[in-house]
Amino acid sequence: MGIQIIQDKCVGCSLCVKACPFAAITMTNKKAVIDLNKCTLCGACPPTCKFKAILLEKPVAAAEKKDLSGYKDVWVFAEQKKGKVQSVAFELIGKARELAGKVGSKVAAVLIGSNMEMAAQELLCCGADIVYLVDAPQLANYQDEPYTTILVKLIKKYKPEIVLCGATFIGRSLISRVAIKIDAGLTADCTGLDIDPDKKLLLQTRPAFGGNIMATIITPNHRPQMATVRHKVFAQPALDKSRKGKIVKETFPPEDLKSRTTLLDIVEEVEGLVNIAEADIIVSGGRALGNHENFKMLEELAQVLGGAVGSSRAAVDAGWMAYSHQVGQTGRTVAPKLYIACGISGQIQHLVGMQSSKIIIAINKDPDAPIFKIATYGIVGDVFEVVPALTKAFKKALNK
Amino acid sequence: MNIIVCIKQVPETTEVRINPETNTLIRDGVKSIVNPFDMYAIEEGVRLKERFGGKVVVVTMGPPQAEAALREAISMGCDEGILITDRAFAGGDTWATSYTLCHAIKKIAQEFGAFDAILCGKQASDGDTAQVGPGISSWLDLPQVTYVKKIEEIKDNRARVERMTEEGFDIVETPLPALMTVVKEINEPRIPSLKGMMRSKSAKIISWTARDIGVEAKDVGLSGSRTQVVKIFTPPVRKGGEMLEGETADKVNKLVELVKGEVTG
Repeated sequence: MGIQIIQDKCVGCSLCVKACPFAAITMTNKKAVIDLNKCTLCGACPPTCKFKAILLEKPVAAAEKKDLSGYKDVWVFAEQKKGKVQSVAFELIGKARELAGKVGSKVAAVLIGSNMEMAAQELLCCGADIVYLVDAPQLANYQDEPYTTILVKLIKKYKPEIVLCGATFIGRSLISRVAIKIDAGLTADCTGLDIDPDKKLLLQTRPAFGGNIMATIITPNHRPQMATVRHKVFAQPALDKSRKGKIVKETFPPEDLKSRTTLLDIVEEVEGLVNIAEADIIVSGGRALGNHENFKMLEELAQVLGGAVGSSRAAVDAGWMAYSHQVGQTGRTVAPKLYIACGISGQIQHLVGMQSSKIIIAINKDPDAPIFKIATYGIVGDVFEVVPALTKAFKKALNK
Repeated sequence: MNIIVCIKQVPETTEVRINPETNTLIRDGVKSIVNPFDMYAIEEGVRLKERFGGKVVVVTMGPPQAEAALREAISMGCDEGILITDRAFAGGDTWATSYTLCHAIKKIAQEFGAFDAILCGKQASDGDTAQVGPGISSWLDLPQVTYVKKIEEIKDNRARVERMTEEGFDIVETPLPALMTVVKEINEPRIPSLKGMMRSKSAKIISWTARDIGVEAKDVGLSGSRTQVVKIFTPPVRKGGEMLEGETADKVNKLVELVKGEVTG
């Protein structure tokens, strides 16, 4: 196992040097040389070589070849909060239907909570064939340990081929713990999911290195194949009230519901009604806003549009907005239908957090601001003039 | 209170740009830094030590040059730096990485004594998975609290902390030892003191290989990974669109016409 340059094939074009995210390749005597102390075998360079001069040996299939037969169905962990199934779970069921359709298997949702019958029904209407329902008062709120124990036991019992989970705070904490316990492969934050119908391999595509390159990842020798997906990556399917399915109630002994950690309180503090991860429309403000009061102007626009207010890191660091509103590398990654950047210059750390938005509108005084390089529509102008005018114009257009 | 902080050395992603002509990464003069989220874990570890006494051991898995990340952590006040390095670890996914770190942590406990907490950044800025922290606690079967934004109190071997959520935060109590991943809100990492910098220069970094921590090559790195990268490609670069011209009123009205469809439906 390892990586090497085939000397006869290397022509010294240095394309691989530029492709290496770890600066591990240099040119010596017009041949590429890989510094093995820097190389992480990430796989970014071989596809860039037009002369097939880079040999990356894949590890031989794991010695203990596991029996993968008997694994079937596509599962979705249906996260709920206060009894309400989170929108990302419905989005995943839509995707699960598509994947299951390609290999002729079923879609199942796992729902853990308290008094969840109605929600289970909703999951059936949305496209699940089966809902595994674990209902107990102690399970009303998410806790790492009982939820992990339950999901692990259900997976061992029913052997799903694929398990999908929202890349939420809860989802990421839970599924990473589960993957280790059941010895499964897990890929985070997939932006594309497909299936190879012959080998039943889940093709998981995700951004790597700050979204500059995309990687497609498989789990060849272990089951289930597990992936997390962020909010809004896939579309929510329409509800079909006439859809029928099976609700399978599962019960667990009291010791499985125990948690070493104790949830003492749940505090909600998001300003405004919509949280940015779930919003279809985000109005975001940056340094140019100048202070907290001026964000009210953005809130008004967001309210007219039914959206949420986001913020650049600069505005959070200045104390104008709470961290939960921050979009970007050290904040949230969002992909709304409409992202309106007001007075945000567009540093790369901000761009990686919102560049997957469908439509980006940039409003900035500086015509050379980097934000305009990725904006769908740009307006050069003063935010204090443009934003109120925009609010007024939208109000009129929407009859509000 | 003895604390283990897990950190990762990452490329400074701000420097990563795409060459629009060749569609390749431009990585000229890219610096390696401590993963920004891990800086908060380091700082919190040092603050806990300052409050309760004890020792902070910082550990990283990476190539030999990851030593620089450990020295930076020591300059901020960590006591020991441990580098887990071996060619066998290269190319590991989160399964293989958390497995490796679990074994490293077991050895740290043997050599330096029992620990009360393991701290990690919430995720690494290059992979963004947030899987390794919970993975480690799963391997070690420790209680975990992810996305910790405040450690409110530590008393009688229990910690009461605030865990960030989409809507706000949860208040969670956990027995120690536990693993916690921390977010940016928890603190402001200090600038190393001159004394700290001097100390980090002369500090001895302990280096352990796969054999030292008792793992086999087949279980770590690319070989041990449950996932495998089969394709890497450059996404289409997002191009700038239309600049709207005219007086403010014209621009605004034009924009509303263009995007009205998205808002209404």
